[in-house]
Amino acid sequence: MNTNTIKKIALIAVMTILTLAAAASLTAQTPPVTLTKPATPTKAPSGDGFIQRWFVLEPIPATGVTDNAVQSLIKKDLFPNQFAIVPKDGDKVSVGNNELTWHALDTINYNVNLFHFARERKKKTSDVLFWAVTIVNSPREMKDVRLAIGSNAASVWWVNGKEVIGIYGDRQAVIDDGVSKRLTLNKGENIIRAAIVNGGGATDFCARFLDADDKPLKGITVSLGK
Amino acid sequence: MNKNLAAILFIVMLTILLSPARANGLDGQIGIHDPSTIVMCDGKYYTYGTGGTTLISDDGWTWRRGPNLPRRGLAPDVIHIGDKYFLYIAANSGVTKADVFLLTNKTLDPNSPDYKWEEGGIVASSDGVEDCNAIDPGLLLDPTTKRLWLVYGSYFGYIRLVELDPKTGKRLNPAVKPVNIAINSEAAIMIYQDGWYYLLVTHGSCCRGADSGYNIRVGRSKKITGPFLDNMGVDMIQGGGKLFATSAGRVIGPGHFGLFDLSDGVQRFSLHYEADLDRGGASVLDIRPLQWKDGWPVAGENLRAGTYQFESVRTGTVLELAVEGFPVGGRPVRRGPPPGAMPPAAGNQGPPPGPPPGTGPGTGGGIFGGIGKPIPTQDVAEVSQKWPTGEVNIRMGNYLLQAQQKWAIEPVANAGGYLGAPYFKITIAGTTRTLTATEGGELIALPTFNGSPEQLWRIDQLADGSWRVSPKAIPNTKEPLALSAVGSSFATLSKFDPKSEKQRWLLKTP
Repeated sequence: MNTNTIKKIALIAVMTILTLAAAASLTAQTPPVTLTKPATPTKAPSGDGFIQRWFVLEPIPATGVTDNAVQSLIKKDLFPNQFAIVPKDGDKVSVGNNELTWHALDTINYNVNLFHFARERKKKTSDVLFWAVTIVNSPREMKDVRLAIGSNAASVWWVNGKEVIGIYGDRQAVIDDGVSKRLTLNKGENIIRAAIVNGGGATDFCARFLDADDKPLKGITVSLGK
Repeated sequence: MNKNLAAILFIVMLTILLSPARANGLDGQIGIHDPSTIVMCDGKYYTYGTGGTTLISDDGWTWRRGPNLPRRGLAPDVIHIGDKYFLYIAANSGVTKADVFLLTNKTLDPNSPDYKWEEGGIVASSDGVEDCNAIDPGLLLDPTTKRLWLVYGSYFGYIRLVELDPKTGKRLNPAVKPVNIAINSEAAIMIYQDGWYYLLVTHGSCCRGADSGYNIRVGRSKKITGPFLDNMGVDMIQGGGKLFATSAGRVIGPGHFGLFDLSDGVQRFSLHYEADLDRGGASVLDIRPLQWKDGWPVAGENLRAGTYQFESVRTGTVLELAVEGFPVGGRPVRRGPPPGAMPPAAGNQGPPPGPPPGTGPGTGGGIFGGIGKPIPTQDVAEVSQKWPTGEVNIRMGNYLLQAQQKWAIEPVANAGGYLGAPYFKITIAGTTRTLTATEGGELIALPTFNGSPEQLWRIDQLADGSWRVSPKAIPNTKEPLALSAVGSSFATLSKFDPKSEKQRWLLKTP
């Protein structure tokens, strides 16, 4: 084998390695998957009490994250029964001229990454409003508990139809950023509803219940209805 | 000045002392010299001074004169042990010849059928020759050993330590020689904190009104018998002593420290000023917060009326009305990208190209250029027009100098108080919107102040200098609760936990 042949073999080897490395790099660019379809009827909160199962509606166009901008948007009739609906996976609603779909989701993290959710469905992630709903099942009436949430960005939250939290402005999702006044969870189903408005960039939310000592509430489960 | 003469002058002074309510300082009749440690009996507060002066308070804020002690001696101190009150009061029978007498009583309430002072004899003396003047008794019941100790003495020699019998209040082992622990001081008293014994004494001259150099000094020791060293390592028996309290503002000559522990890490100390300029130079009682810093006691200041922001130690966010904030100076108008910024990528919604840079000095212009002139403080009258007119929720947010984040704290006249301070109302500065406790232990701002107990606030300074803020009453709740951060952006009322930062607030002036 002459020197030129050796050089050619070496060049081919180097190019092969570079090609494999490039392929590996493409694999690494696959978007992370944090949201999956629920596979069980109910799900306990995480060890830290975070609710990891939600219905999320594809995003609705929105403008502004200030108190007044968010409140005026969510009080519009965006879609039928918006403050009472408990959807099913795949249900569709009309918002303006758009048909949007509800998705049942489990998150593997403490938070629900709405940026992942929208990007995967090729939807806008900026200047949008996300609706989210879940059902918290309580084995008994629980008094003096608090809903504690974090959101990027502004968000408004309801428990059994009553507005309990509103946080506004361009903000990151910080655990227990917004905390409700003391409330009572009914025995059985409790409907938790949220409207999250993002201005731009990343968007996500997290939510859990705290007990009277501000510790994660134990004994509840989460489901998405019958 | 000889303290006997001082006592006579002080009694004369008391007869001419008026006691009008003041915005600052305690309320009522507070004329006293050399006050004892404040003690409680059946829910009332008591302190005793030179000349046998007795001051009584139902709430610790408004004071009144009570009947004099049967002995009208010098600088008493009092302690409650078991079912008895032991009061020690001194008398000079020569320049340095003096005795400390014991008086006992089952109650301090002059209206009680059990109220009767009984003589317990002499517990310490100086013979007029030795280097000691046995006056100014101060007591410590050692919390670690339950042994009772007496320190006493004045200038002319040493501050001395002897042990008393906590069952009788009398001298234990009189044959044991007193221990010298300090010099060149008087009004000595010891306290115990976190493994240290602290000896607080008063330096300087007393009894000269506004010319009195009285100031309180402190040293500490791991042993009750000393040596007591100051912060520079100087032994108090060689004149050492770290400054604890001195003249300031409108009061001159602080002296005669006395500790009052409110539990949960809240402590106050009593003292007198030789001259309160707002009270004609009279000697008066005061009660102030006691802080601790780096292992040393620090004299806190009572809260003054003013405008503050309430910053949560827990979160760093501040208490505010839950209304949409309006940026100081108006909403920024985008005039272009920051200097050196990359142009927005195609398809992205970046700021539109702006006009030429602004005029702010040294900024390079653009959105960092400012408006080229000072921006006035936000006018609450203007921005509050956009706020809801009724009840408004309370929340917390990043401090942005906005009107809904600035609170006026003012004492409320004729609403009573607590140990050392009056109740306050807390309103958004420039408005009547009032912080109010609600049923269930939550918070709201009502449009006006109505004087109800849920709008009266007790504000206690804690040992680290932060503040605990508690409503006088909460509808349908008996448990005392304090203003508390819950999460980053909301506040509530909850049981005070001295180990937590949730209920600690920094009161900062905007």
